Amino acid sequence: MIHISKRVDFTLFKGRAAGLNRFVGWGVRLIAVLLSLVVSGLLIYAITRLNPLKVYGVMANGVFGTPRRTWAWLRDLALLLCISVGLAPAFKMRFWNIGAEGQVLVGGIATAACMIFLGSTSIPSVLLLVIMACAAMAAGAVWGVVPAVFKAKWNTNETLFTLMMNYIAIQLTLFFIPKWEHPKGSNTVGLINAVTNRGWITPIVSADAISKMDPNAWTTALVKNTVGQSYFINLLIVLVITVCMYFYLCRSKHGYEIAVVGQSENTARYAAMNVKKVIIRSMTLSGAICGLGGFLAVAGADHTISTATAGGRGFVAIIVAWLAKFNTFVMVLISAMLVFLEKGAVAIASEFSLSNDVSNIITGIILFFILGSEFFINYEIKFSKRSGKGA
Amino acid sequence: MHHRGGPRPAVHAFKEGMGLETRTVVEPPAAQEAPRVPAIRMEGITKTFGSIKANVNVSLDIYSGEILSLLGENGSGKTTLMNMLSGIYFPDAGSIYVDGKPVTIKSPKDAIDLHIGMIHQHFKLVNVLTAAENIILGLKGNFVLDLKSVRKAVSDICDRYGFEIDPDKKVYDMSVSEKQTLEIVKVLYRGADYLILDEPTAVLTPQETQKLFGVMRNMKQDGKSIVIITHKLHEVMAISDRVAVLRKGEYVGSVATKDTDPQQLTDMMVGRAVSLNIDRPEPVNIRKCLEVKNLSVVDIEGVTKLDDVSFTAYGGEILGIAGVSGSGQKELLEVVAGLQPARPGSSVIFTDMDGKTSSLIGKTPMEIKKLGVHLAFVPEDRLGMGLVGNLDIADNMLIRTYTEGSGMFVDMKKPHQLAEEIVHDLEVVTPGISTPVRKLSGGNVQKVLVGREISGKPSLLMSAYAVRGLDINTSYTIYRLMNEQKQRGAAVIYVGEDLDVLLELCDRILVLCAGKVSGIVDGRNTTKEQVGLMMTHLGLPEEVKA
Repeated sequence: MIHISKRVDFTLFKGRAAGLNRFVGWGVRLIAVLLSLVVSGLLIYAITRLNPLKVYGVMANGVFGTPRRTWAWLRDLALLLCISVGLAPAFKMRFWNIGAEGQVLVGGIATAACMIFLGSTSIPSVLLLVIMACAAMAAGAVWGVVPAVFKAKWNTNETLFTLMMNYIAIQLTLFFIPKWEHPKGSNTVGLINAVTNRGWITPIVSADAISKMDPNAWTTALVKNTVGQSYFINLLIVLVITVCMYFYLCRSKHGYEIAVVGQSENTARYAAMNVKKVIIRSMTLSGAICGLGGFLAVAGADHTISTATAGGRGFVAIIVAWLAKFNTFVMVLISAMLVFLEKGAVAIASEFSLSNDVSNIITGIILFFILGSEFFINYEIKFSKRSGKGA
Repeated sequence: MHHRGGPRPAVHAFKEGMGLETRTVVEPPAAQEAPRVPAIRMEGITKTFGSIKANVNVSLDIYSGEILSLLGENGSGKTTLMNMLSGIYFPDAGSIYVDGKPVTIKSPKDAIDLHIGMIHQHFKLVNVLTAAENIILGLKGNFVLDLKSVRKAVSDICDRYGFEIDPDKKVYDMSVSEKQTLEIVKVLYRGADYLILDEPTAVLTPQETQKLFGVMRNMKQDGKSIVIITHKLHEVMAISDRVAVLRKGEYVGSVATKDTDPQQLTDMMVGRAVSLNIDRPEPVNIRKCLEVKNLSVVDIEGVTKLDDVSFTAYGGEILGIAGVSGSGQKELLEVVAGLQPARPGSSVIFTDMDGKTSSLIGKTPMEIKKLGVHLAFVPEDRLGMGLVGNLDIADNMLIRTYTEGSGMFVDMKKPHQLAEEIVHDLEVVTPGISTPVRKLSGGNVQKVLVGREISGKPSLLMSAYAVRGLDINTSYTIYRLMNEQKQRGAAVIYVGEDLDVLLELCDRILVLCAGKVSGIVDGRNTTKEQVGLMMTHLGLPEEVKA
């Protein structure tokens, strides 16, 4: 007989697991990752006859091989993390916001619009970036608050509503692309302000300044690979938001309201909370941060807008948020891993001229094991011999 | 009232009639003889849930044609043990024999194949179906539904044991007692010879309980075995032939009912001597606290829940509220707490201990909170309203106070201290204050909730079914806490269902009948039967009016 019983308890507000040593939990996850690597390795060998260790080596090299690759990884990590952190208040409130994709996209549209229309003005660059960020957050917030208002006032289903909002955002993007088309006839927006770099997030310390520094000093290398990188700002912004969101959710009065409303509206009313206000406020915040993700994608990475700007990250972020149980610090680890897999998969696909599907299979196997490990963390399985049998 | 005066003579006739029969059958005919073969034998049953040992090496015999009471405090493993007989759980270790043969019960279907049927505390009925439809639900049958023969079979069962049931009545139109009857008929229809009733009287009025007992005795005479899970001792004494006692998951022993008394049973159950008297200190320093006038409530569906209710609750006394469940008790408390809107013309005036008077009608909970009134409310739905199951004990302390202090962050120290205090003072059994309350047993959940509510030093403490499902020890702790609040000068409103307790604990009892005030009686000189009558018939019975 097999017995399955729940063993982990999760206290929602402070976001801690009780009842299980947290090291056990992380141990199980580590074992899952190792197992998944073994299984993927066997599969790689079975299909391609390649040495799995070599394949993994290529994977790691594809992500960490050069500072440039590492920064590309950090850039994507920051974007995914930003959206995941944005989803945290919504999901902690049990508001099924699957509209992050759309919120990112409208954030991106707002950013692109600011770049295009304010790029030729004489607004100082920093101020322009601030305006762009605010516009992106406002757009994302609108996309988030509309379903929230309907939910609060008429109890509509937010899952369908937020999903539909995604399609509106995609259509809106398709509407703007021909208007902002560059060069004409390409049916893409192209790099915005490619010459002036207006509205681009640029390194804190410019390449010029670095070239004037002593090329042999270790500090120069450090500066070059940190503040000298434009993605450093992306990462910094997202890490600050991550820390703030942690304390907002797990220590603040608002965070407490979110936890209670998500668990039971009756209790929330009993506790004299304004349930509607909490729903609307939290979704405004959630949408705004996802919108900021759009800003980072457009101003900090792509410098253009297309329907692929969000790139499915709005949905991957849902996995991140839930796997991390809304703990934003854990989200850092999970998004780092997911982006590593994605990047590494692309690297092995090109190195061994495998189809992209193989890399997707590996990603799938690893995710399968990690998601599966949650079961073993949450439940205890006991095997017993002929228990309870009559004779 | 079309049924005015109906049940009373019937109940009396019933009691007299049944009394005779009880005497003759209360001794199991073979009890004194050489060892009888038990119809069902559970041997060495162990069941654990995670680290919690629900049953440890329990052995229990059930004989045919007996009514066995399974007695134990909350969390002592009564329901778990019976769930293993009815196929809900599977034991970790141990064996079950039916008629001497070893059996494996893996599902409720296995159980019913062995003629074991259980009536759960929470009814498992489909509201939109009729009684007959619920009875055949899930059973194999012909392709064409033959409800006619089902009705016939159902009415046969009813005639045989004295049930009253309308096979074509929809479940949502049924009273709690009708639903319970339906559940019993359902398992009988499936051929159960061994019936397990999990706290069947918790939701019934005294009259309904008597009726149920009558039916149970009829079933026993027909050779059925009945196990009744309960912790009401007077019911154990009234109905059962034998009592088996569990304590903390372990089997303590069994005694013939005629050889025991409530005190001995309590001692077995608790493991030490416990006084069964509820204190009722004389009220002192009475002051007006809550004045409700012409209160009417209509719910969303347009059903009148409260109709012109007026009463006054005084500081320094416990005002009990009695009534069949769903008579408007919930709405009454929720209106005062601001959770339920009232009709225009209703008035609720609250006077705080410091003499400050405020009107609570039409205010939201937030507005009431802002008034600064000291109002505590222990709602019926503990984990669905009073507490959040997924938050730990300390975080649940914050529900009332999280807005305190300036700035946007929550003060984590005070709730921590309060949680520690409550765990210590009220002897809450928990691994620690960072355990989610969902993981605590019912009694400990209630201690946490009541502890938090009285920590605000309330002028008015409202409680709904504060001891429902709690064991004796915890119940007495709750009564003690209520009395402490009363002596502190707070007005205590105690909505209860156990009339014995209401009559022992409360100074005055307001009886609700279908949303109207049937009367307010003195708890010191009223009988259970009088209150029971007022619950079902509007108005004071003749003998109380004086």
